[in-house]
Amino acid sequence: MIRFENVGVRYADTAAPALAGIELTVPEGELCLLAGPSGVGKSTLLNAVSGLVPHFTGGRLTGRVTVAGRDTRTHRPRELADVVGTVGQDPAAHFVTDVVEDELAYGMESLGIAPDVMRRRVEETLDLLGLAELRERPIATLSGGQRQRVAIGSVLTAHPRVLVLDEPTSALDPGAAEEVLAVLQRLVHDLGTTVLLAEHRLERVVQYADLVVLLPAPGAAAVVGGPAEVMAVSPVRPPVVDLARLAGWSPPPLSVRDARRRAGPLRERLAGCSPAPPRQVADAEPVAVVRRLAVRRGRVEALRGVDLTVRPGEAIALMGRNGAGKSTLLGCLTGLHAPTGGSVQVGGAVPHRTAPRELVRRVGLVPQEPRDLLYADTVAGECAAADTDAGAAPGSCRALVGELLSGVPDATHPRDLSEGQRLTLALAVVLTARPPLLLLDEPTRGLDYAAKARLTAHLRSLADAGHAIVLATHDVELAAELADRVVILADGEVVADGPTAEVVVSSPAFAPQVAKVLQPQEWLTVGQVAAALDGGR
Amino acid sequence: MSGRSHALHAGAWWLWALGLATAASRTTNPLLLSLVVAVAGYVVAVRRTDAPWARSYGAFLKLGLVVLVIRLVFAIVLGSPVPGTHVLFTLPQVPLPHWAQGVRLGGRVTAEGLAFAGCDGLRLATLLVCVGAANALANPARLLKSLPGALYEAGVAVVVAMTFAPNLVADVSRLRAARRMRGRADRGWRALAQVGLPVLEGALERSVALAAAMDARGYGRTADVPRRVRRLTAALTLGGLIGVCAGSYGLLAEAGGGLGTGVLVLGLLVALAGLWLGGRRTVRTRYRPDRWGTRAWLVSGAGIAVAVLMIRAATSDPGALTPPAVPLAAPVLPVWPALAVLVGLVPAAAAPAPAARPRTGRGEPDGRSEPAWLDGPDGRPGPDARNGLDGRGAAAAVVAEWEKKGTSG
Repeated sequence: MIRFENVGVRYADTAAPALAGIELTVPEGELCLLAGPSGVGKSTLLNAVSGLVPHFTGGRLTGRVTVAGRDTRTHRPRELADVVGTVGQDPAAHFVTDVVEDELAYGMESLGIAPDVMRRRVEETLDLLGLAELRERPIATLSGGQRQRVAIGSVLTAHPRVLVLDEPTSALDPGAAEEVLAVLQRLVHDLGTTVLLAEHRLERVVQYADLVVLLPAPGAAAVVGGPAEVMAVSPVRPPVVDLARLAGWSPPPLSVRDARRRAGPLRERLAGCSPAPPRQVADAEPVAVVRRLAVRRGRVEALRGVDLTVRPGEAIALMGRNGAGKSTLLGCLTGLHAPTGGSVQVGGAVPHRTAPRELVRRVGLVPQEPRDLLYADTVAGECAAADTDAGAAPGSCRALVGELLSGVPDATHPRDLSEGQRLTLALAVVLTARPPLLLLDEPTRGLDYAAKARLTAHLRSLADAGHAIVLATHDVELAAELADRVVILADGEVVADGPTAEVVVSSPAFAPQVAKVLQPQEWLTVGQVAAALDGGR
Repeated sequence: MSGRSHALHAGAWWLWALGLATAASRTTNPLLLSLVVAVAGYVVAVRRTDAPWARSYGAFLKLGLVVLVIRLVFAIVLGSPVPGTHVLFTLPQVPLPHWAQGVRLGGRVTAEGLAFAGCDGLRLATLLVCVGAANALANPARLLKSLPGALYEAGVAVVVAMTFAPNLVADVSRLRAARRMRGRADRGWRALAQVGLPVLEGALERSVALAAAMDARGYGRTADVPRRVRRLTAALTLGGLIGVCAGSYGLLAEAGGGLGTGVLVLGLLVALAGLWLGGRRTVRTRYRPDRWGTRAWLVSGAGIAVAVLMIRAATSDPGALTPPAVPLAAPVLPVWPALAVLVGLVPAAAAPAPAARPRTGRGEPDGRSEPAWLDGPDGRPGPDARNGLDGRGAAAAVVAEWEKKGTSG
């Protein structure tokens, strides 16, 4: 269905090609997962299938890409629209109309499909994706998972034979991600659609894949094969595969269910041990105290009766569905939203009444999009500005950058950094003011496993140095690695608050893979298991 | 739920509102104008949906009020052409150079002048409120979809722009929040100016992403048209446009009046034929176009009736509709024109009722506090569980902020 023959892509003004020597055949009706570290050209490969590379992005394509027998060199994206449906990273950038039903029909209108056929297909797609309830809703009012489903539906109505998705679940909470994956599976099973998707969060998708295409490094040849065999050699792999390596299971199981079947002996070996006790947090003066906090935004109560105490050296993960109030709570701690009830105190000050210059010494926030925090043209300029903003001694920010992010030249434009590097630069900028409380909003979006591990290590050492860390995240693995305490928000209220192991092990949605495999034992991460096995020997 | 199958044609709402506006433009009687505002307001209150554009009505009301106030301030500061005897107060008059003769700054302010300016301002405000009513009741995107095919591209541009505006507002507030985290001021004009560039950058990136998505979804696909037809299209369009130019020149030059008109009309016809032929190149079809049914006739008919009745009343009884400003007198409500305005209430009954407002998310008891994992057996949610009421909240906040900025800025 999709065929790459010795394909290379090189963009203008770049030293190395984005893709080189790609040989790939995806048969019809397969769910094909494209995996690899950041910056290996996953998006470029996806866009080459839809014809956006090179027709839209420019650059030079060598070799041949054919989709359903059509050569993308001679067919523009619009001429492939009836065989390839593409959904980009941000579904919001994909919508042309403002109502769900119109959005589903838009592609068909462009293709000139007869009105009665359009009507039938819209109804079918509404049912297939479970969108019937939402047909009249303005798209702006939908949640993240719903938007992703509408975006998929909007390309499905044209009955494409190939569906191309770029990180369809990265921005979603675990529940919404399940929703989207259930839909994809149904398409593959019931309609025989060929699905090609790129995803960083392999733990969510790899068990559904029929075929995995691994791009191990920039410019390297693609490794194509069954999920188990590719995962056995992959530099990016979900925790369950890491656990398999540790336990010596081969081929590695890909789903929690398969792993549990083989985990009996491992559980026995671990029976005598228990995870290292959670770090003891000194009973010091809290850096932030939230009491009976209520916030209204417009007509909606975003938070109600929220209590939270943050002590120095503590790492707290805030979890919950998209829209549960996580970002609002972080916003209250930084004084962005004034509480409508209750109180917020950060370092003894009321955030929304404190001048920004004063506030940065008490609390720092790395926003969801770290780029928002960066203004200058070069890394050096950014560091100098950060020193001035924070009133720190000249050079303090640069020293932090050197510590966290070695080997980045001063003259680099922040835009040219990778996602992980940009996040680290933003973190350094925020840390320049030495705030005792550090907040991060969804920090692992778009990060590969290596970048995530580096971030986790940085944050751990910051917590050990006495910084309190609060992070809002959908990433259960990150929470398990980093957090001492997990707070779950639902509908603006705290529904669970306690030590990580206690809260997440009992919860199917928020439990990390290792916990699910080794239940009822309370192991959270591969690292813990490895340490226990080493100690037991 | 009121589906689109019996939604009212957007054009009907606009005809109704323009009818009311025409009626309002025929009178300066404050009682009649207030009645028009009340009629429009009542229909909006009972028939508007919960869609984002429906919330623009409040903004139009405020805009009308601003217009009224500006009109009064001008009357006070610049004086009024209406001669009056009841002097309320006298402002110090600013002497102006001789070239500004006829302009007065300050001076006497009379009750007659104020009353006249107030009625005049009220008329303008009423026109605005009528437009606002149409805006709140008719879905602008649906209206654009009813445009002829040749104008389709313009329609897409407007819809895209409409969805972009809220995104821009969200970007601005996000970047201002980020400034705060850098320890810089997040309020004031300087802060707004400094986020301008990143906001522009973001908007550009989003447009490029949208263009790519539209291209990949088949926007701009063309049908194969024989070369002869293509050439004919080009010849007709070009020839027609030349004809239009020549014709307008002839008309304006007033040399040969009849000939100019003839050439103009001929040019227009030829150009239209070219456009029609060119339309065959696009392969677009339309999904569920709005139908013009009985309700649409009733709604638009009510508006037109109000306009016609008012125009007739204005010629037969000018005194009641435009009461003289001098001498000062309390306005009287003329019975027949008032009844005519009340015809404008027909849509309150004739138009389909809006869907029940969705719950704001707090209505249910604890049904929703059940966790996501309990949703559905197959990982998909029950019908209501994930309807994104929280997402709606965020959007509502954005819209509310947008409105706030729209009216204050």
